[in-house]
Amino acid sequence: MGIIKTEKLVFEYIRRDEEGNVEGITRAVDEVDLDVKQGDFVAILGHNGSGKSTLAKHINAILYPTEGTVWVDGMDTQDEKDLWNIRQEAGMVFQNPDNQIIGQVVEEDVGFGPENMGVPTEEIWERVKESLKAVGMYEYRKFSPNKLSGGQKQRVSIAGVIAMHPKCIILDEPTAMLDPNGRKEVVRAVRALNDVEGITVVLITHYMEEIIHADKVFVMDKGKIAMQGTPREIFSQVEKLKELRLDVPQVTLLAYELQKSGLDLPDGILTVDELTKALTEIYGAAGPIV
Amino acid sequence: MPIILNHVDYIYSGDTSLAVHALKDVNLVIPDGQFIGLIGHTGSGKSTLVQHLNGLIKPTGGNIYFNGEDIHAEDYNKKKLRSKVGLVFQYPEHQLFEIDVFTDVCFGPKNLGLSRQETELRAYAALKQVGLEDEYFYQSPFDLSGGQKRRVAIAGVLAMKPDVLILDEPTAGLDPKGRDEILDQIAKLKKETGITVILVSHSMEDVAKYVERIIVMNKGSVMYDDTPKEVFKHYRELEEVGLAAPQVTYIMQALHRNGLPVHTDATTIEEAKEAILRALKK
Repeated sequence: MGIIKTEKLVFEYIRRDEEGNVEGITRAVDEVDLDVKQGDFVAILGHNGSGKSTLAKHINAILYPTEGTVWVDGMDTQDEKDLWNIRQEAGMVFQNPDNQIIGQVVEEDVGFGPENMGVPTEEIWERVKESLKAVGMYEYRKFSPNKLSGGQKQRVSIAGVIAMHPKCIILDEPTAMLDPNGRKEVVRAVRALNDVEGITVVLITHYMEEIIHADKVFVMDKGKIAMQGTPREIFSQVEKLKELRLDVPQVTLLAYELQKSGLDLPDGILTVDELTKALTEIYGAAGPIV
Repeated sequence: MPIILNHVDYIYSGDTSLAVHALKDVNLVIPDGQFIGLIGHTGSGKSTLVQHLNGLIKPTGGNIYFNGEDIHAEDYNKKKLRSKVGLVFQYPEHQLFEIDVFTDVCFGPKNLGLSRQETELRAYAALKQVGLEDEYFYQSPFDLSGGQKRRVAIAGVLAMKPDVLILDEPTAGLDPKGRDEILDQIAKLKKETGITVILVSHSMEDVAKYVERIIVMNKGSVMYDDTPKEVFKHYRELEEVGLAAPQVTYIMQALHRNGLPVHTDATTIEEAKEAILRALKK
């Protein structure tokens, strides 16, 4: 079993009108089977309302399944005695950095999690230090969080999660509110956590370029997993993704458009380098006309 | 109704030790009917700048003229200004509050003191302009999807019949299709009504695709003010200030470096495709 596993996970919520009468039932997650290996970088895509955030909230027991089971590191999330262990092993980062920071000083904020777990004081400081270093924010440890940029705040939030020494970290659109630089900083920090520290990452995003390095991509639609595969397999299916209200990275789209115009390019080009290489080959074969 | 900013300065908490110089000597002319993109990293002064345009913030130095009149002159009607320069904030759906969509959109024109009939006509037209179907008009705005809520919020501003529409990151948090839908709708609206649109955005791809002029803010000053093609030529300088160029700009640069004779000034997929095909045909 992987670090995160769901089996026939269903989540339903009851819609009520203003008087509290039941209007109907919405199935936000519909029989999802998921198996994430320890150390993987997994991305979840899906349009607004496709159920991806609802799914994510099951992984650290913010929501419980209506039907089916979720296991985190072998622990059933509905087993109350494991609740705190699950929350410590699967940390979550949300969209808005301002909603997640509570400390007056960066290092205090990062220490909040381990302090609540009863970690001895000296070790807390040790963890704060290593977590801030892991996200490249150590030099800001004495700053007030409100003096930081969005990307910096989001990296502090991530440090706050890793100070709890989780085995996996779930990020729900962590870059939605950031400028291009902030997005780059956060994505770089998350990739480093995965590569260097071996932490399992589940990244939910609407920015297709952020996940081209993922090990596996799940695409959600109407609460179900509509597509899954490597980024290359997923992004080769441009039309299908568009039907699901999604997109592909610009470089992939350009390659796809060139393909349609008759150029012999491979499917699912993901990076600028790949496209450059493929195009210079075509150009080289034709021979430059001087 | 052009807007002119003349040596505009703004200092936050000026008389304290925490003073921040948010705008420094900003000079801009915003003529009628332009589609403008306003970009800059977090904290560059974009939001402070747009709040000056409808008089929400008073500059600490310099003047702002709307239609030739100083908007901070003593007898200037600011209420009228705010109906003419509509500002849609970030996450505007958080400002929805009425029991149904239609009533919510009526709130603005009603407060302008218009008759009930005129108010309702405007609300109806505005909801049509943002492409919302009739079936949603009498639903609670809170039951709509993220993209729909945002349209309702934009309609609330359009119902005031502004001459200038300012949108602060209207696509943040929406899925890719939702982003395209909102921006296509705004482009269409701009084309049909000739309204001036100022789009504040963190997406270089969106800005490149839709606007005709880009204003780049950095540390409270205007760094560039030109067409997308010209601005994105400075992609290295943009990176230094926390921005970037659209991904296609990097593709064209890489192709050029590798000896493919392409023009490097393409900023949209369509332009890039044409340029590459042209280069390969030769």
